[in-house]
This record gives sequence, C-alpha cells and structure tokens, in this order.
Amino acid sequence: MTGRAKTVGQGIAIAAVIGLLALLVWKLAFGDGQGAAGSLAKGENPVAPAFTLSRLDAADGKLSLSDLKGKAVVVNFWASWCIPCKDEAPALQKTYEQYGKQGLVVLGVDAQDFRQDAKRFVKRFGITYPVVYDGSGSTLGKWGVTGFPETFFVDRNGRLVGQRIQGGIDTERNRKAYDEGVRLALGEPT
Amino acid sequence: MIRFLAAAFVTLALVGPAAAAGPPVQADLEAEIVCPTCKTTLDQSSSPIATRMKDYIRVHIAAGDSAAEIKAQLVEQFGPAVLAEPPKRGFDLLAWLLPLGALAVGVVVVAVLAWTWSRRRDGDGTAERTLDPDLERRVDEELARFDD
Repeated sequence: MTGRAKTVGQGIAIAAVIGLLALLVWKLAFGDGQGAAGSLAKGENPVAPAFTLSRLDAADGKLSLSDLKGKAVVVNFWASWCIPCKDEAPALQKTYEQYGKQGLVVLGVDAQDFRQDAKRFVKRFGITYPVVYDGSGSTLGKWGVTGFPETFFVDRNGRLVGQRIQGGIDTERNRKAYDEGVRLALGEPT
Repeated sequence: MIRFLAAAFVTLALVGPAAAAGPPVQADLEAEIVCPTCKTTLDQSSSPIATRMKDYIRVHIAAGDSAAEIKAQLVEQFGPAVLAEPPKRGFDLLAWLLPLGALAVGVVVVAVLAWTWSRRRDGDGTAERTLDPDLERRVDEELARFDD
C-alpha cells in the first residue's frame, strides 16, 4: 500500500470516528431523551406532542390532538392488560362527566394492545370519553411514556401542565397531583 | 457415497417445502414475534401482553391460520416492529443486504491488503541489500575473529 493510500485510509477512519462521536454528542444534547415528560419534569411546559390516531370506536375515524384545541385535555395512556388501568377507569370516566361542561376532555390512548381487547375494556367499564388506538406504541417515545397507566394534562393552549402521573390516578399517592393537573388544565387557580 | 448424498439432498429439497407448508408451530412463532413492551421474543417473556399474544397465536393456529397470516395479523395490530426478523422486501430488505454488502467489502479490502503486503514482502526479499563499505569491513573482521 502506498503512503498516500495509507494516509487517505487513516483519514477516512478518523473522519468516521469523529462523525460517530458527533452523533453521540448530538443525541445526548438534543435527543428526545425522556420526551415531553422529561421537559415537564424540568419544570417546563412543552407543547403537547401531536398525534393522529384511529378512534377505537370507529374503524375509519381518526382523531388528532389538535382537534381538541381550546379544550383542557387529560391524556391517559393505558392498555387492557394493565391492572391499574382497570382500577382507575371509573375515576377517569367520572372526571369526564364532572368537568365536561367546563370544556375538559379525557382522551384515552390505548397502546401496545389488541384492538378487540381494548374494545371489550371500554364496554366493560362504560367508558364514554374518546379513546384512540396506538397498537405499535408510536406515541410513547415522544410523550416519554415508560409504563401504563400514565396521565398527562394539556391546557387550552395545547401545553403540558402539572405533573406526569405514573400509575393509577385513584391511588393515594397520585390523587392530589391528579386533581391539581385537572385544575391547571382548566386554567383554574390551584 | 455420492449417490447417498444426492438422494439425501433431493429428499430434503422435496420434504423441506412440504414441512414448511404444514401447520405453524407455536414455539417457532413465539421465537419470531417480539413482545412490544419488553422488546424480547415472546418465548423469552412472561409479561401480560406477551402472554396474551401467545394465547392469540395458539387460538389462531387451532383455527387453521398459516404462520404468515398470524404474523400479518400481529403486524396489523402492533406494527412491523413486532417481527423479530425484518421482512425481506421493500426498504426492510436493506437490513438483510447491508450486512452482506459490508461483508463483501471487507473481504475485498482484506484480499487487496493481503495481496499488496505479499508483493511488498516479495520485493523486500529479492532486493539486494548493500552495506556501507566501512561497516561491511567491520562485520567481516568480527566474523573472522569469531571463527578464531
């Protein structure tokens, strides 16, 4: 191998290493990390990540988060196989009925689940609020969802407020944060 | 011996596709489908959704669905990431071709390097080396003294 070819080869190898390092640094500095939940945990109020998903109750119907612009939204990520999701379902339905007239919508996002199982779940718990289906879990990364159930609060301007609630909303640990999140989403003083 | 091998090859060639066309095996499908929450294949997971998916596969095998049909149904529900191996078509084909391409490039690079190095070594061996006359004289003196 000539000296020139060797130098070129070394140059390419060094450039590749520098490129990979740059990618790593960029990912650490600007990557999604923990998604919107990460920003929320830092005390920021990021814009709620957008999504358009098929409605569970209508095979051809779609629902976008942007369709609910101007409303306070409680976004609840759940799955039919998740036990705490069953426990909290009545409380979510109650919230929807109690605050619906004030412009609050509970939006269920059924993820990583069988559509039929989710439909049975909705029927069993008498859920009347809108539920969208995300079988592949495509929304989870952007929102920073790490398990089920998780609940977020979106104010009328489309920004996340309050705390991300991990686990059932009806538990003693989460009840206070849930009530505060609902109030913040509605724009009421806490 | 050659006849035996040829017969075995023909038998395998005939029986292989016939076996593949038979009813799907639960364990095979569990090894080819990924649990969406834990990202391991179903046979290595006991999470609630993995258990549910195993039940789904069992029911659909009993119903007479083929492996391809069951996989297609699961992909429709959970997306293509549910397959442990990417499909061998479209954009996903790159996942199969790129490693082979990289391997081919690697083989070519190693071959070229080996050829280049062997040529250089040959060249080094045949080239006549010349020593500095003064140094050559000293070497001769040292060797002569060593012989004494």
